Amino acid sequence: MGRQLKFNIFRYNPEDSASVPHMETFRLEETEAMTLFIALNRIREEQDPSLMFDFMCRAGICGQCAMLINGRPDLACHTKTKKLPDDITVLPMPVFKLIGDLSVDTGTWFRDMNTKVESWIHSDKVLDPAAQEERMDNVLADEIYELERCIECGCCVAACGKANMIPEKFMGAAAFNRIGRFMLDPRDQRTENEYFEVVGTDDGIFGCLGLLGCEDVCPKKLPLQDQLGMLRRKLGFSAVQHIFGKVFSSKK
Amino acid sequence: MDTFYADVLCVGAGLAGERVAVEAASRGYKVICLSLVHAKRSHSSAAQGGMQASLGNCAKGEGDNPDVHFSDTVKGSDWGCDQEVARLFAETAPLAVREMCAWGVPWNRVVPGKSMYYKGGQEFEKFEKQENEGLITARDFGGTAKWRTCYTSDGTGHTLLFTMDYQATKYGVPVHDRVEAISLIHDGENCMGVVARNLKTGKLCAYIAKATLIATGGYGRLFRETTNAVICDGSGAIIALDTGMVPIGNPEAVQFHPTGIVPTNILVTEGCRGDGGTLLDVNEERFMHIYEPAKQELASRDVVSRWMTHHIRLGKGVKSPYGDHLWLDIRHLGAKHIKTKLRDVEEICNEFLDRDPITQLIPVRPAHHYSMGGVRTNKDGAAYGLKGLYAAGEAACWDMHGFNRLGGNSLAETVVAGRIVGNKICEFLEGCSVSLKTDVIDAEVKKQEARIAAVKASTGKENAYELRNKMQDLTYDNVGIFRNAGDLTKAVEGLQEVYERSKNIGIRSNSMGGNPELTFALKLPGQVRLALCTAYAALQRTESRGAHSREDFPERNDRDWLLRTLATWKEGDTLPTLNYERPSKVWELPPGYRGYGEDKRIECEDPEVTGKK
Ligand SMILES: Cc1cc2nc3c(=O)[nH]c(=O)nc-3n(C[C@H](O)[C@H](O)[C@H](O)COP(=O)(O)OP(=O)(O)OC[C@H]3O[C@@H](n4cnc5c(N)ncnc54)[C@H](O)[C@@H]3O)c2cc1C
Ligand code: SF4
Ligand code: SF4
Ligand code: FES
Repeated sequence: MGRQLKFNIFRYNPEDSASVPHMETFRLEETEAMTLFIALNRIREEQDPSLMFDFMCRAGICGQCAMLINGRPDLACHTKTKKLPDDITVLPMPVFKLIGDLSVDTGTWFRDMNTKVESWIHSDKVLDPAAQEERMDNVLADEIYELERCIECGCCVAACGKANMIPEKFMGAAAFNRIGRFMLDPRDQRTENEYFEVVGTDDGIFGCLGLLGCEDVCPKKLPLQDQLGMLRRKLGFSAVQHIFGKVFSSKK
Repeated sequence: MDTFYADVLCVGAGLAGERVAVEAASRGYKVICLSLVHAKRSHSSAAQGGMQASLGNCAKGEGDNPDVHFSDTVKGSDWGCDQEVARLFAETAPLAVREMCAWGVPWNRVVPGKSMYYKGGQEFEKFEKQENEGLITARDFGGTAKWRTCYTSDGTGHTLLFTMDYQATKYGVPVHDRVEAISLIHDGENCMGVVARNLKTGKLCAYIAKATLIATGGYGRLFRETTNAVICDGSGAIIALDTGMVPIGNPEAVQFHPTGIVPTNILVTEGCRGDGGTLLDVNEERFMHIYEPAKQELASRDVVSRWMTHHIRLGKGVKSPYGDHLWLDIRHLGAKHIKTKLRDVEEICNEFLDRDPITQLIPVRPAHHYSMGGVRTNKDGAAYGLKGLYAAGEAACWDMHGFNRLGGNSLAETVVAGRIVGNKICEFLEGCSVSLKTDVIDAEVKKQEARIAAVKASTGKENAYELRNKMQDLTYDNVGIFRNAGDLTKAVEGLQEVYERSKNIGIRSNSMGGNPELTFALKLPGQVRLALCTAYAALQRTESRGAHSREDFPERNDRDWLLRTLATWKEGDTLPTLNYERPSKVWELPPGYRGYGEDKRIECEDPEVTGKK
C-alpha cells in the first residue's frame, strides 16, 4: 500500500459571492510515479469536480501549472509526490490575479509584460525572405536560446519580494531576462539607451532588491542572477550617460 | 452578453493561428485570436525536434531543394496528399524559415570543419564547408533523403511560438485567452463567427467576423495513450462537424509516434534517432536494421511504430507494470551533445523517469501523436461547405500529409500555411461585403444557451469522466497501429453506445464561473462524434495506406482507395456520412512504391492519375 497523502488545498471562487477563501483537505493514496498532475486530476474526477487548476503539456514545458507547493512556487506537473512529505499544502501563486482555487491569470500578466518591454525584434530592415538568411555564430545562437528558454510560468515573479510589494508595477526577473535576450541579439537594433528607457526605472531594474528569490525557483534554471547583474552594470552606466547627456545638451 | 467584432477571428493562437493573425494585422485588418490558454502555452510550444525546410546549408543537406522535399512529402504521405499543396508547401518552407529567422528565432547554425555524427549506433565523419559558416543548419529526421530539419536545440516549437507571439504583440493583436469557441455561427452559406464561452466567468459571448479561421490544433485526447497536451481535445474539428456541412478530411489518418516515454507518454523527439540514437529490445539488441535495412531507425514514423509493435508482439519487449516497452538508447551521443542539442529530453528523463539518458536507457513505446485529418480545406485554406470559414495547421486537412506526416513537416506546415492562408484571407476581405444577420446570431446564441442549461439541469446518471475513459479505451485499443474489421466494428459499436449514454450526462457540481466539469461535459458528446468519424472511416477503408494499417487488407489499393474521406455529421444521426474525393488534382509524382518492406500494391488504372493514356 502507498502512503496516505493529505492535500491541503486553497479554495475560493471569486465568481461566487457566497464563496469565502478557505483551506480544504483531500486524501489520496499515493501511487507509483505520482505527480501533482495525477493527484489533482484524481481529486477533481473522484472527489470534487468543482476544483479549479490548470495544466496543459503535463511535461514541464508550457508553464501553465505553476503554484505554491509547500510554500515554494514550482510547476505542479513535474513535482513528484515522492519528493514531498505526507502533508502537502497547495496554494495559488500570489501577485497574479486569482481565477479560482489554484488557477491564476498568468496570461494577462505576461502579455502586459511583453508589451511593456516591447518584446520583439526591433529592426528597420526590409525582409527579403527569398534572400539568404543573415549569418550568426552558432555560439551566439546558443546563448540567445539559453535566455529564450523562459516559459513564462511566473514562478520567479511569485517568489519575488518586490513583485509581492507592488504587484501591479514591478517588472520582475522574467522581464529582465527578456530584455537581456534582446540586448544579446544583433538582429534587434535598439540602442542601450532605448533599453534603458524601458527598464531603467524603480519599477524596473533599479527596484530589484537583489535577493535572488527568482533564480532559486526558476524551473528552467535560467541564469537570472547573471542577467540582473548585466543589466545593472550596463544600464547603470547608461543611466550615468543619460544624466550627463542631459547635462551636456542643456549646456548647449 | 458581450459581442466582439473583427475582420478576422482566429480560433486558436498557436503557430498557425498567430501566423494568420500577424499576416492580417500587419496589413491593417482588425484581428482577434481566441485561445484556451495563454498564447505562448499553445501546444506548438511542446514541439521539440525541428521544422523542415530545404535550405541545403549543412554538409548532409547538400543538394537539397524543394523538389526533393516535395518528393519526400508525397512518398511520406503514401500518395494520400494533395500534390499541389505539397508543392506549394515545399517551395514556401525556406522562405518561412528565413522569415522566422528575421523575426528572432535563434536557429542553430553551421559550424565549419570536421565533426562526427552517429547513425545506427556507428560513428561517421562529416565536413561542414567554411563558406556556409553561420547559415541555418539542419538535423536528420525520419523519411527524408537529406538532413533538412532546422532546429533550436530541442525546443524548436517553443522558440517558434515565442517569436510568433512577439510579432502578434508587436502588432497589438488581442488574444482572448481562456475563451473557448463552442459553435460556429452560420446561415448555411456564410460563416459569421463563433459563440464562445469564457472559461474564467462561464459567460457566453459572440465573436462576429468577416473571416473565421479554425487553428485549434490536433485531437489526440480522443485516445488514451497520446503525446498530446490535455487541451488537444478536438473542439475545433467538433464545431466544424456540428455544422453538418463542413467535412472532416481523412479522420482515420492518425499518426503514432515511436518514442513516447513509458508510462506518461511524454514525447522524446525524433531528433534522438535523427542524431543517431537507436532502438533496443529486451536483450538490449537493435532490431530496426533487420526489418528496414536501408532506413533502419529512421524509416517513416508509421513504419517504425509498426515494427516496434510487431517486435513487442514477438515477445521481445521489456516487461513493466505499465505493459511491454522497448528502449531508446542515446548514451553514445555523449554528454556534450545531449546537454546542448537534446536538453529537454535530458530534463524529461530526469524529471519524469528518474533516469539519466547519458548513462541509462529510456523506456519508450509508440503512442498516439498527430492528426493528419481535420477540417477539409482547398489549397487556399478555405473550408469546404461554408464561405468565410478557413482552417490552418494541425486542425486542418489542407492536405500535405495524406496518410502519414513526416517529422518536422508539421511545424513547417503551421508557418507556411499561416503565411499562405493569411494572404488568401486578406484577398477575401478585400472583396468582402457581408451583411450581418442578427437573427442568425441570436438563434445560435439561444441554441448554445439551451444546450448549457440542459446539461446543468440534467438529472442523468452518467459521469462524463467515466464516459471519456471508455471512449479513450475504445479508440486506443481498437483504432490503433494495426487495425482489422473485428476491432474496428467493436470500436464503432462501443462508441455508439457511449454516444447514447453521453446524452444522459449529469454533472455533480453547479459551481459558478468556469466550472471545469461543465466545460468538460459540454465537450464530450462532440468528442465521441469525432471519434466515431475516425473509427467508422477506418472500418470502411479496406486497404493499408501510411499510418492506416489493416491486417485484413495489407495492400495499398490505389485502384479502389486512392481517395480522401470526407466525413460530415447530420444532426440526429448516430454515424457520420462518408463521401470521397480524389486526394489530388495534379499527379506530379504518380503513385509508386514507397520504399518500405515488400512492394504490395494494387495499382491504379485511372489515366488521369497514372499519366498513361
Ligand atoms: C510532443 C509533441 C512534439 C512535436 N514535435 C514536433 C516537431 O519537432 N516538429 C514538427 O514539425 N511537429 C511537431 N509536433 C507537431 C506540431 O507541434 C503541431 O502539429 C503544431 O504545433 C500544431 O500547431 P497549431 O498552430 O496547428 O495548433 P496548436 O499549437 O495546438 O494551437 C491550438 C490553439 O487553439 C486553441 N484552441 C483549441 N481549441 C479551441 C477552442 N475551442 N476555442 C478557442 N481556442 C481553442 C489553443 O488554445 C491553441 O491556442 C509535435 C507535437 C507534439 C504533441
Ligand atoms: S533579485 Fe530582484 S527580481 Fe529577483 S526576486 Fe529579488 S527583487 Fe525580485
Ligand atoms: S524566468 Fe524562469 S521562473 Fe521566471 S517565468 Fe521564466 S521560466 Fe518561469
Ligand atoms: S502543464 Fe505545462 S509546465 Fe506543467
